[in-house]
Amino acid sequence: MITIAKTDKGWRLFLRTIVARAYPRIIGQQREKSWIFFETFLPFIATCGYVFVYRAMNAPEDYIGFVIVGGAMTAFWMNVMWSMSAQMYWEKENGNLALYIMAPNPMMAILLGMAIGGMFATTLRAIVIIVLGTWLFQVNFAIASFVQLFAVFVLTMTALYGLGMLFASLFLLFGRAAWQVVNLFQEPVYFLSGFYFPVKSFGFAVALIASVLPLTLGMDAMRQLSFASGPTLGFISVEIEIVGLMILSIIFIALAKYWLGVIEKKAIEEGTLTDRRR
Amino acid sequence: MMDNSAIKTESLGRIYKIRDAKKNEAKERTALHDVNLEIKRGEFFGLLGPNGAGKTTLIKILVTLLAPTSGHAFVAGYDVAKEPQTVRPKINMVSGGESSGYGLLTVRENLWMFGQFYGLDNKTTFKRIDTLLEVVGLKDRAHTKTSDLSTGLRQKMNVVRGFITDPEVIFLDEPTLGLDVSASRDVRNFVRDWVSEQPHRTMLLTTHYMVEADELCDRVAIINAGKVLACDSPANLKKRLQRDVIFHLDTTPLRYGALSMVKNLPGVRQATHNAVDGKSEIDLILDADDVLGSALGTLTTHGAHVINLQKREPTLEDVFVELVGMSITEAEKATG
Repeated sequence: MITIAKTDKGWRLFLRTIVARAYPRIIGQQREKSWIFFETFLPFIATCGYVFVYRAMNAPEDYIGFVIVGGAMTAFWMNVMWSMSAQMYWEKENGNLALYIMAPNPMMAILLGMAIGGMFATTLRAIVIIVLGTWLFQVNFAIASFVQLFAVFVLTMTALYGLGMLFASLFLLFGRAAWQVVNLFQEPVYFLSGFYFPVKSFGFAVALIASVLPLTLGMDAMRQLSFASGPTLGFISVEIEIVGLMILSIIFIALAKYWLGVIEKKAIEEGTLTDRRR
Repeated sequence: MMDNSAIKTESLGRIYKIRDAKKNEAKERTALHDVNLEIKRGEFFGLLGPNGAGKTTLIKILVTLLAPTSGHAFVAGYDVAKEPQTVRPKINMVSGGESSGYGLLTVRENLWMFGQFYGLDNKTTFKRIDTLLEVVGLKDRAHTKTSDLSTGLRQKMNVVRGFITDPEVIFLDEPTLGLDVSASRDVRNFVRDWVSEQPHRTMLLTTHYMVEADELCDRVAIINAGKVLACDSPANLKKRLQRDVIFHLDTTPLRYGALSMVKNLPGVRQATHNAVDGKSEIDLILDADDVLGSALGTLTTHGAHVINLQKREPTLEDVFVELVGMSITEAEKATG
């Protein structure tokens, strides 16, 4: 009935796993139309609120564009927190985590698949927010360098989802507490990364500390590259921010790999990988 | 370790540390104690015991999800604690009541995804999916979203998930748990055929359904409170009770203390009781036929009227009662 088949190992297995784990996010999630609506509509509502505040204050028109970019990036942060970090809790609850670990695939490939799938699905939502916000509020973009803008976006995503992978591996240890931790992080990150205002307003020292969040550097650089008044409102130069994002990407992904190994070993020793009470 | 063993455990033990929330101190609970088992390649092996006996703990160790606290375990010739990466491509597991996969994906998509984690190419994966879905009667649901499947159909999908990788050793942890009679029969037929097709395939089944183990397994180990109490073929285990006389009685509800009185009668080796649908089901293991009279007399004295009386052949349930001193249901109640 079943024929003996040769199976992939090494990097081929790694790639297969990434594609397979990304699939439910890229294809599956698009089947739930209500999610698309809420994940696009809710961040957009919050974005509109800030736009109206800035309009009421007669703030410079570029601030409206800043808010739209911040609104689009909110979708990525929500995806990283709820669909990356807290995801391990769900995977454990429904039994997938045990199957992932006892399969020959590397767990890093599972995390990468989750990240790439989430990034793809969320990019579609972010594009909708940008297009809708630009059309509705007449935002004027003045792109200084498409190449740099693309590089900043890719690096921001790499660092951000690297952070998500790090959180996901740390959250292997948490049970239901993952929810509280995600909630705890949400608002402070909105504030510190300057979703709705230039991070330069914090002053150098606070902005530098906040730069440990990839979104802080990423959004600041994207705003500098996208709007006429961007460079004057920027925290540090785009070139330095690009280097900073590269360093953050390497650190977060390396830490995610390290912690994943440590925590998987610890969880196997303590029996917390599959026990839903823990 | 190159021998004919598919699974081998040597003095295997596992202790859980549990934190007492009230006293804020760590307690230890022994889930497995000094387990020594050897399962040959090609064998259909059953692990029988009540909930909490240690069956799932043993399986978790064998599938590399849990580290033993003492002893060693080998699967397909490799130490599960030292060489998990070598063991993993050779095994798979199906658990009863699992809800693995993603509800938004179809049956076929979910199965393809899990096949990819084992490095199967798409052609082989889809061929196996189609074959196995047909065998378990799920082919017409291949393109149904998993969230739209009933419990029984979802479990059939899980069974297919475990088998598409064609593992050398497969672990089935209560695979028919919660399934209706028809779905359970389909699953049992499928696993029986799967093992018999290829001589190298080995299956470890845990169950607390004695009939299931009796019907399917070449050998069974009876496990309770983390210890293996007996290990042999179902026929040999039942032979232990062949000189005994076993009666099954249905009576009106038993009064408190009546069963203890029966158990204490000379010639009564074991007596178990199960309350079902407003009546009592009693199984008696006696030294000889003539002990029945005094047992019935004691029951009648305590107000129980016999509705049905049947002499029967020993079952694995009787073997369990003989070994543990209580029925599997009573053992589950005792362990909470």
